[in-house]
Amino acid sequence: MSTSCAAPHTTDAVYLCHRRDLVAGSGVVAWYNGHQIALFHLPARPGEADVTDPHENATDRGEALYALDNHDPFSGANVIGRGIIGHVNGEAVVASPIYKQHFRLRDGVCLEDPEKRLTTWPVCLRGDDVLLE
Amino acid sequence: MTTSHSPRLIVIGNGMVGHYFLEQLVERGAHERFAITVFGEERHRAYDRVHLSEYFSGRDAEGLALGEADFCARHGIELRLGEHVSTIDRSARTVTTERGDLPYDQLVLATGSYPFVPQIPTVDDGTGHAGLVYRTLDDLDRIRDAAAGVADNTHRRGVVIGGGLLGLEAANALTSLGLEAHVVEFAPRLMPVQLDDEGGRALKRQIEALGVHVHVDHATTEITPGETHRYRMHFKDHEPLETDLIVFSAGIRPQDRLARECGLTLGERGGVMINDACVTSDPSIYAIGECALWSGRVFGLVAPGYTMARTAADQLVGLEGEPFAGADMSTKLKLLGVDVGSIGDAHGHTEGAISYRFIDEATHGYRRLVVSADGKTALGAVLVGDNSYYDTLLQYVQNGIALPDDPASLILPHSNGAPTLGADALPDTAMICSCHNVSKGAVCQAVEAGCSDMATLKADTKASTGCGGCTALLKQVFEHELESRGISVDKSLCEHFAYTRQELYSLVRVEELTSFEALHARHGTGQLGCDICKPAVASILASCWNAPIMDASLVPLQDTNDTFMANMQKNGTYSVVPRIPGGEITPDKLIAMGAVAKKYDLYTKITGGQRIDLFGAELQDLPEIWRELIDAGFETGHAYGKSTRTVKSCVGNTWCRYGVQDSVAMALTIENRYKGLRSPHKLKFAVSGCTRECAEAQSKDVGVIATEHGWNLYVCGNGGMRPRHAELFATDLDDATLLKLIDRLLMFYIRTADRLQRTSVWRESLEGGLDYLKDVIIHDSLGLGDTLEAQMQHVVDQYECEWVNALKDPEKLKRFRTFVNDSRRDPDIIAVSERDQPRPARPDEIKALAVEISS
Ligand code: SRM
Ligand SMILES: Cc1cc2nc3c(=O)[nH]c(=O)nc-3n(C[C@H](O)[C@H](O)[C@H](O)COP(=O)(O)OP(=O)(O)OC[C@H]3O[C@@H](n4cnc5c(N)ncnc54)[C@H](O)[C@@H]3O)c2cc1C
Ligand code: SF4
Ligand code: FES
Repeated sequence: MSTSCAAPHTTDAVYLCHRRDLVAGSGVVAWYNGHQIALFHLPARPGEADVTDPHENATDRGEALYALDNHDPFSGANVIGRGIIGHVNGEAVVASPIYKQHFRLRDGVCLEDPEKRLTTWPVCLRGDDVLLE
Repeated sequence: MTTSHSPRLIVIGNGMVGHYFLEQLVERGAHERFAITVFGEERHRAYDRVHLSEYFSGRDAEGLALGEADFCARHGIELRLGEHVSTIDRSARTVTTERGDLPYDQLVLATGSYPFVPQIPTVDDGTGHAGLVYRTLDDLDRIRDAAAGVADNTHRRGVVIGGGLLGLEAANALTSLGLEAHVVEFAPRLMPVQLDDEGGRALKRQIEALGVHVHVDHATTEITPGETHRYRMHFKDHEPLETDLIVFSAGIRPQDRLARECGLTLGERGGVMINDACVTSDPSIYAIGECALWSGRVFGLVAPGYTMARTAADQLVGLEGEPFAGADMSTKLKLLGVDVGSIGDAHGHTEGAISYRFIDEATHGYRRLVVSADGKTALGAVLVGDNSYYDTLLQYVQNGIALPDDPASLILPHSNGAPTLGADALPDTAMICSCHNVSKGAVCQAVEAGCSDMATLKADTKASTGCGGCTALLKQVFEHELESRGISVDKSLCEHFAYTRQELYSLVRVEELTSFEALHARHGTGQLGCDICKPAVASILASCWNAPIMDASLVPLQDTNDTFMANMQKNGTYSVVPRIPGGEITPDKLIAMGAVAKKYDLYTKITGGQRIDLFGAELQDLPEIWRELIDAGFETGHAYGKSTRTVKSCVGNTWCRYGVQDSVAMALTIENRYKGLRSPHKLKFAVSGCTRECAEAQSKDVGVIATEHGWNLYVCGNGGMRPRHAELFATDLDDATLLKLIDRLLMFYIRTADRLQRTSVWRESLEGGLDYLKDVIIHDSLGLGDTLEAQMQHVVDQYECEWVNALKDPEKLKRFRTFVNDSRRDPDIIAVSERDQPRPARPDEIKALAVEISS
């Protein structure tokens, strides 16, 4: 997770998609080299540019972007990107659309079963480009 | 542990009191001292006879059963059901059944009562339909069979002989079976035991207003074969009456045959004589419940029987215990939806008693308060039409609380601030639940010990788990106790909203909010919301404003099913369910659906809701599938949302020889009106063309059954996890009134139900029950009718097929990409063929496939 890229000219950053492809407050899925990457975009809310979540990188836009494995370990289906986003006990999470377990967006850990953890990738926005760092 | 030397205790009868007695034994550890055997001649284990009538409105034998199924087994008690005890040999100390003799050391009679059937010369047609009774589950099966067997070319009619408490309940049961019900009473008024003349008259008028015919002062002389119905009843001094079945409810008699035959002392008019310790004339035999006669009286209610059971259990384990000292026969009932209450000395028999009476000729209400000669204490009361006075009056009578200066104020209409007895005015000894002997003090103790919700309170104290008459008072006392300790009950929806769904609904309506953000900003806490509040708010917004659910601000709120307007399956594919209103479909549409299924290789199945489901559609194919379906004339079926699902129909009078109305046309009207309506949970409807009920309307949230004169409306039924029969709500409605009532009902449900609460559960949680609902919806008691109709009309006018809307907007269609940066399909979706159709491959099949490919 991340928003604007820390080092604007990181050389090995990979272009995934355009900002337009993201859906505010929800998820989409990108394909990268055999991986299915669920991308969640939390836009800033008016008056909340100073994001209070210590795990989110505060930026001028106050938005956040997360990348998690699209594969749901409980159902075995590739559906995480179609889950609903929310906050549970102060943590941003996605709920699997099949059996409704919650996964932490920042590190992929399952709240119901911490043994299960989704792979996460560092992603960022450079201008309108969504990049995998 | 019991051994072969343990004393033997035999209980005859596994009814309500018999069962309660066993629980009391176990509580006192008696099951470890005695080898206990229980005989019950009915095939069912003990069940809740008080709520017997619910057998016709949705509860089955298991639902009515008392205690856990393995209660006896767990405590080493031998329960022998379906076994009748035929004799008692007191000198040998044995009982005899068809399976032989069994010795006892102590014997308990809990044989209850049997219905009294007066001798009336009756035609014998071998069916027994002219001599039905109302006491056991088997009796009710017989009544149901008798009702079902009636030919349908005439309207069906049933008569109950006896206008007492049980008779009226039986009449209600006949109505719920779709029969025209008549009550024939020998005495000049209804409920002669509990009510005075004026009260009986008021009750008669109220009951007649509900469509039950009442014939008082009618002595039946003979029953002969009928002409238009099965039987013809002849009366002294009155015209005959024809009917298809006759239920006797002319009183009960203590079941004392065994006691009589073994020579125990009985009362003059029957009943096994007991003393204050519940011991009969034989010191090793006890009698408890309705078969027992104490101080010249038998008690036809559960509460006194339970008290006897406690007394007898104490005796058996050698405890001092409370001697049985009679019981209060006050009763409060709802008969056919009419409140009736009778407290203490209702007839004013006490020497010098004075009465106050309130008569309301407009709504046929009646109240009478009987007070002592000195005007200081209340002795009894009669209530017809409004039981809200009952709890207070009962407390005055039972606890000898000093009457106010103007006793009449206790029965005058409430509006002028008449003194009601608040929960805090009750002494600690005040009896709240007489069935289970729970006082106000016991409720306070439970609260003191940390109990903070009604369910736990009921489980801990058992209060309100008997006849249920004390529920309102219990709740009042409980909430008062909580409040006085500064405890408030947390009803928040989730961590983001400290409101209930109902409160959020009102906020959205009143402040005309149209987005989650607006509601959250004004009334929420924390960030973002979660998977509980977001869909709940989305549903509320849809119920109120019905904006297209693909609108950008709504998208993040929905579950995946609503987002993609299809139902996600276990492998991440979707099912597609087009609306097939009323289950009616043209051959061309069938062909078109088949073509789509074939083209996209979809598994095809007829659903339980009379439509066709296409399974296995991949996300990226959904728009094209829908474009083709819409071109063929289909629209979305909302199988995904918490919303109107299907309206099942039968073929109706267009084709069926029995149909009396066009059920298909009505089903189409209903489905087209309410399609797209989002609600706290899904909504299912059905319309049947006659009482045969082929569309199973009585299992739906809204059920409509055709009559010769219009439509009968049933509400709040449920299939699924906990089936519940719908209840008859209104009869013989014309089309417009039917829709008006459904409009109001559904909008009221949407306004007041909890999140994910089906109408059945909502209805059960409504204080005031079905009658309250009728008041609000039919009689418009809250003055909400017009508003509710207007709100429904707004939703109806807003309707647009969500898929048509989505297909018009390329932005919305972008959502249906499997990958935003690649056009490939999800490689992990693998189907195999079974019975000539595709289905998701199982994990082992996928593994096998992988091996094949790599080798
Ligand atoms: C497809 C179908 C089974 C079939 O092959 O026939 C079906 C399938 C599902 N039912 Fe059902 N139910 C189907 C008829 C029924 C019926 C029969 C009826 O409607 O006459 C019932 C009992 C009647 C009732 O609801 O009162 C029924 C009671 C349930 C319940 C239990 C509801 C309850 O109140 O107890 C659920 C679970 C829930 O809603 O929470 C459920 C939930 C579901 C879900 C949505 C479960 C899920 O989340 O995946 C299933 C997915 C549907 C899909 O993927 O399309 N389904 N389900 C039927 C679709 C009917 C239609 O045309 O829309
Ligand atoms: C429709 C209806 C509504 C009622 N409503 C209320 C109400 O609102 N409030 C209230 O307080 N009370 C109500 N009652 C009365 C209440 O049900 C009875 O008071 C209660 O059931 C009495 O319990 P019991 O154990 O004494 O008798 P029962 O429950 O009748 O049990 C006696 C059992 O003994 C069995 N038995 C009899 N003889 C033998 C034998 N020889 N061998 C083996 N088994 C035998 C019988 O088959 C029966 O199962 C209602 C009753 C009915 C029918
Ligand atoms: S319910 Fe419908 S199909 Fe069944 S008998 Fe009646 S009209 Fe015919
Ligand atoms: S008084 Fe019967 S349940 Fe409480």
